[in-house]
Order: sequence, then structure tokens, then C-alpha cells
Amino acid sequence: MDKEFTTISIPTSLYKKIEESIRGTEISSVSSYIAKVVQEALSKAEAEPDVFNKEDEEKIKERLKALGYID
Amino acid sequence: MIPPHGPKLVDRVLDDAQRRDVLEKTKGLPHVQLDEGSISDVENIATGVFSPLAGFMGREDFHHVLNEMRLSNDIPWTIPIVLDVDKGEAARLKAGRDVVLADEEGDPVAVLHLEEKYDYDREEMARKVLGTTDSAHPGAAKVLGLKDVLLSGKIDLFREAPTPYGRFKLSPRETRVLFKEKGWRTVAGFQPSGTPHFGQEPMRNPALAFTDGLFLSPVVEKKKKGVAKDEVILASCKEHMKDPYWKQRAVMAVLQLQARHAGPREAVFHALIRKNFGCTHIIIDRDRAGAGNYYHPFAAQDIFEEFPDLGIVPLFFRGDDRDPFHE
Repeated sequence: MDKEFTTISIPTSLYKKIEESIRGTEISSVSSYIAKVVQEALSKAEAEPDVFNKEDEEKIKERLKALGYID
Repeated sequence: MIPPHGPKLVDRVLDDAQRRDVLEKTKGLPHVQLDEGSISDVENIATGVFSPLAGFMGREDFHHVLNEMRLSNDIPWTIPIVLDVDKGEAARLKAGRDVVLADEEGDPVAVLHLEEKYDYDREEMARKVLGTTDSAHPGAAKVLGLKDVLLSGKIDLFREAPTPYGRFKLSPRETRVLFKEKGWRTVAGFQPSGTPHFGQEPMRNPALAFTDGLFLSPVVEKKKKGVAKDEVILASCKEHMKDPYWKQRAVMAVLQLQARHAGPREAVFHALIRKNFGCTHIIIDRDRAGAGNYYHPFAAQDIFEEFPDLGIVPLFFRGDDRDPFHE
């Protein structure tokens, strides 16, 4: 299946800097590098600070105690 | 704690008040009856085992998974999680409307917020996911027997189905709290193929040299009591856990999951699932999730080279871990 791509603009100086820094690495292109960095940044932004709140955690601990997993 | 895959841990289990409200609103809506495997899928989606999936896959994700082993947002994912219905059923369902997913007795299990109905090619799915369209392959036989139309959309779970293994079933939220309580920063997931046995010692013990704890998590496929294979597996795991060393260094909980027999792709799928449970490492033995001689014994290990961004460390064991006392 073909991926769809679009074009974005970045300063040429930044492009060259990235090109230089990925030379000899497994990253094949500046586009791949930028896609990876942006994806990581978005993932971080979407991440919840905690998977659950304190109240949920206490309820879970009670169940774990009842099941004998913790004392 | 290692972040979940995606990285949000999905929670789509309705609480009591939400359940009453949604059940009221869904009265009179069309029902789709699920088989046991699909009920497991629904529960695994809702409880975060399949995070970041919040429902059954749409066409775009389905094709991405088939062709690139990734979701359309580029997150690694190797097994299509789909819900199939026949053409007649599909015709009476409308995208944008809710559908009640029911068990074999007709009791509501979940609500599907139907987003899309789409056709697909079963042979293509079998060939790409399983590497074969041979109906002698148990996974291929299942895929080739799927119904004509796939439904996609987020789900909300009313309740988890009762299971004789409920006492030994933990959700990813629960294992994450458990590992934290035990003070384990690193945990190796170990999903025994069949019953844990002496031949697997060379895998489990070295794994504990790298990690703080071991998560022994056998898969049971059936919710019914009296399924010999599942009961023997559970009994064997319980026996292992009586050992004082294991009590200290391991925890055991079952996972209800339908086997796809997809070999290498399923090995990666197991890794993603264990990451959601809070495992930082996963033991991958030879011929993981294989079927007969369809896959090279090390294919399930080699495939990990294609996923440098998986976020969980695979521990490969090359030795033959088949039960030495089993014919």
C-alpha cells in the first residue's frame, strides 16, 4: 500500500544540519528523521502523566490484596 | 514504569452508572453476536491489553497492518484485530450508529460505535499475516472462514464475561500497580507455550539475571471450565509458584487471548501486549506462536530486527525448549 506524503518547509540551514548529523547513521533521509522526531514529540504530548489516579490505584491495591498478590 | 504501547493505556470499561445509561440508550439497537474469540478481543481492547486500540480496526489500519506491520500512525502492530459479519448482517447496520455486541446467549457484552463497514480479501489477509493460505494451517483456516464484511469502531465494555480463571486474571492496570508495589523496575514477560516445564528453565532463570521480576502469564483460550489444556496449564503454573524462589521473584496471571498461530508476527504481538502489562522485557523462545513447520524456528526472533522502536526488549533463547518428557 502506498503511503501518502506531503511537503513541509524548514530553513535550508536546519536541513543541512540534520543532513550532516544523520550521515553514517541508519536514518536514511532528513524526512525520515523529521517524521520520527515529530512522532515522538506528539506521542509524548499525548501521553497521560499517570496511567491512573491515586483513587484508582488504591482500589487496585485492595483487589491485589484480596487475591493474595500483595500483603 | 515503562509507558504503554501507543502510549496511552486504553480504558473502555463502563462503570455501573455508565453501564445503566448506555444499556438504556442501546435498547432496540441491532445486535451482533460474538464468538468466544471476539469476546476476548473486546475485553482485551477495553482493558488496555491491546492499547492503543480503542476498538476494531478500520480499513486504513487494517491495510497498514497487513502491508507494513504498523498502524496508520506508524506505531508497530502486526496482527489485524477485526470483527467480521456476513453481508446480510452488515446491510442492516449503519455507520455512525451504535451496535450492541452480544454473547452466545444474547446478553449484551459491549457497544460498538460503528464507524465503517468494509470488504477485504481473506486470502490476502491469510497470506500476509500468516504467510500461507493453506487451510491445514489453523490460523489460515480461521481467516479463510471469516465472514464477508469487517466492522470498525470504538467499543465500550459493559462487563467482563465470567470465567473460571477470574481469580488469576489481572488487567494491565493491575499488573502495573503490582510491579510497582513489588519495587520491580524491570520485568520479563514469559508466556509459556503450553505448560511450563523443566525444559524452559534455561530461559526463565537467566531472564531473572537481567530483570527484577518475572511475569509468568500463560494464555488460556476458553472461558469454559473443563477445557483440559487450559486447566493443565494453570495447574502447572500454580505448582511452579509454590516454590519460595518463584514466590519472591515472579507473579502469575492468566491472559485470555485467541491464538492466531501467526508465528513471527504473533511474537511481536505478544511483545506489544506484555509491554502494556508493564513488562520491560519479553522472553521469545524458538518457534514462538508457530504452527507445525510453517515457520523457521528462529523467524519469531529475527522479525524483531524490523522493530527498533518497539519499546520492549526481547530476550531471545535459541535452545530447544520443548518438554523433554513429552513425546
